[in-house]
Amino acid sequence: MTRIPYRTAVCVAAITFGFAAWTADAKDKVKVGFIGPLTGGVSVNGLGGRNSADLAVRLRNAEPKAKYEYEMVVLDDECKPNVAVQVATKMAADKDIIAGATHYCSVTAIATVDTYHKFGFPVIVWGAVLPDITYRNKYDEVHRVNGTMINQNDANAELISKLGYKTVAVIHDTTDYGKGHNEYFSKALARIGKVNVVGTFGVTSDQQDFTAELTKIKALNPDIIYFGGLTPIGVRIRSQMDKLGIKAVFDGTSGIVSDAYIQGLGPLAEGTLAFREGAPTDKLPGGQFFMDKYNAQKYDNPPEAYGPFAFAAMEMILDSIEKVGPDRKKVIADLADVKDRDSIVGKITFDDHGQNTVPIITKYVVQDGKFVEWDDSEYASGKRKLPGQK
Amino acid sequence: MDAGLFAQYVMNGLMLGMMYALVAVGFTLFFGVLDVIKFSHGDVLTVGAFTALAAYAGLRALGINSEGFELAVMLVLATLAMAFLGMAIARYLVMPLRSAPALNTLLITLMLGTVLRESVRLFYPQGANPKPFPALLPRASLDIGEFNLRLDNILMLTAGVLVIVGLQYLLNRTKLGLAIRAVAQDEETARTMGINFTAIVLITFAIGSGLAAFAGVMNGLYYNEINFGIGLYLGVIGFSAAIIGGLGSIYGAILGGFLFAGLQTVGTVLLPFASAYKDVFAFAVVIAIMAWRPTGLIQEKISERV
Repeated sequence: MTRIPYRTAVCVAAITFGFAAWTADAKDKVKVGFIGPLTGGVSVNGLGGRNSADLAVRLRNAEPKAKYEYEMVVLDDECKPNVAVQVATKMAADKDIIAGATHYCSVTAIATVDTYHKFGFPVIVWGAVLPDITYRNKYDEVHRVNGTMINQNDANAELISKLGYKTVAVIHDTTDYGKGHNEYFSKALARIGKVNVVGTFGVTSDQQDFTAELTKIKALNPDIIYFGGLTPIGVRIRSQMDKLGIKAVFDGTSGIVSDAYIQGLGPLAEGTLAFREGAPTDKLPGGQFFMDKYNAQKYDNPPEAYGPFAFAAMEMILDSIEKVGPDRKKVIADLADVKDRDSIVGKITFDDHGQNTVPIITKYVVQDGKFVEWDDSEYASGKRKLPGQK
Repeated sequence: MDAGLFAQYVMNGLMLGMMYALVAVGFTLFFGVLDVIKFSHGDVLTVGAFTALAAYAGLRALGINSEGFELAVMLVLATLAMAFLGMAIARYLVMPLRSAPALNTLLITLMLGTVLRESVRLFYPQGANPKPFPALLPRASLDIGEFNLRLDNILMLTAGVLVIVGLQYLLNRTKLGLAIRAVAQDEETARTMGINFTAIVLITFAIGSGLAAFAGVMNGLYYNEINFGIGLYLGVIGFSAAIIGGLGSIYGAILGGFLFAGLQTVGTVLLPFASAYKDVFAFAVVIAIMAWRPTGLIQEKISERV
């Protein structure tokens, strides 16, 4: 008989104390989202982005002054448009999720903008570079912290023209991403008018064998092979170029700026050109801070090239929620008015399409197994020479 | 066209065709003995290639640097491991489903393929990235005009031919081969003749999967790069090659493999439109061939569907 009242007493006590503790220091929980390619060929970039966004959330949760406790919902778009639309719908339809940092792959980012617009779900794109993502429509929900591929292709065309090259063969994957690169690169070359495109080859984004295309290119004998696509096939093309004895310079885009590219090729990566918007992580205003905090968390994967952007995107979302509260409409209104906002990637200003106007493009060349800034490299100083460099 | 360039295209096509043929032979063997389509075949190839790469890393860690020895160990380990995996798949996934509709086997192996592929991605260190595969064959090459003749390509082609000839010999000249053919022709009769049906099926799956491992290592040596997705694409093409050749016929699978590689090369080189459509072209021709000869170019001698 005595046991039941005793137990009841314990329960009541536990509930009372529990409640007291909860009211004392528990904050309201707020959910935010992250979408990126976590499986498949470019998953290293997705995982790096996820870790970086996760880092932003952890740092915020560790801050005593933060008004809310944040939980990040992570979904995988597999770099596939059809999957992306599904997960975007799932995330946007969940009213508890206030905003999201979304997409590394251009094909998935462009496929989902309508979904976000329909649901009134504010997103900040953290890695995809296709201009259309922000510029095709004027959706208040869609923003982007990184730049577009237009600027990097301008810089690319300028550099190879300056180096005195005359001919280039273009290989691009046939997704919107690769086609976009081809378009903006060809336009930039035509404007400068010093380098001729001798052949353009579209390839599928999961192709394994490029020997037929490369043999055709070998006969055209270009100075440069430009590649508009992502790391996995970039590695294959570069290594098969070597098999066929092609000496041309391999000239890539932001899609191959990743540690995976160098790991996949070893010494063959030497002398590869690549371009990316924004400054390299170690030269970013908050680069050192970011890397220290990132390393302290002991994630399995490095942040990769776009990790800092994912971090900045998530921080921006958290800042807005802190400022206006967990309300999608208010967050959208707050993000509509971003001007010279400080972030680890530098000042961020959104134009009327929600596009960050990042003016800097970093030119890279692979030197001794690292992506080195072109201007700091031994290739620029003349100590080493790319094939055919004047 | 320049003769050297033409020779280069032929060489590219032959290498590609050899890999397709080795995969297609596996599909045809499995279909022969059990009338099943094993869709995880391509991913067994991936696992084989990664096993070889892991063996290489292991040997390097032990301080062994002889390239010939390394390659031999990699090949043996990968082939044996995949033969074993093939047997396990047959024993625990395919055979228990014998009385179920064929569609179930197809689905379960398709899913197994995904499991294998994603396991490589998740559990191999940094498995999501493309991996450099060591160039262990002699790197000598000869430039004849536009043609870059490489010794390693010749060695790989020769090895591929030897493997196929060896398989032919095994199937047509040995008792084991006789038993495999007997099971393929008529299971019941084979059983009454005292053939251990289960053992023959397991051995056939071991042979087919071992061939896939061989093709995987060859793929690695040829491209010097492997990734967890190689098997998916090779699987689809190997399967198509087996179908156009005539499922169940070894010669058909080989023919189909080289035909497919030839179509892809032609699609890239001779057709006026962008090379992006080479697969569209190749598969369109495959569809046309299938419409023309639904049972494949070389039909099984004894068709059960007569």
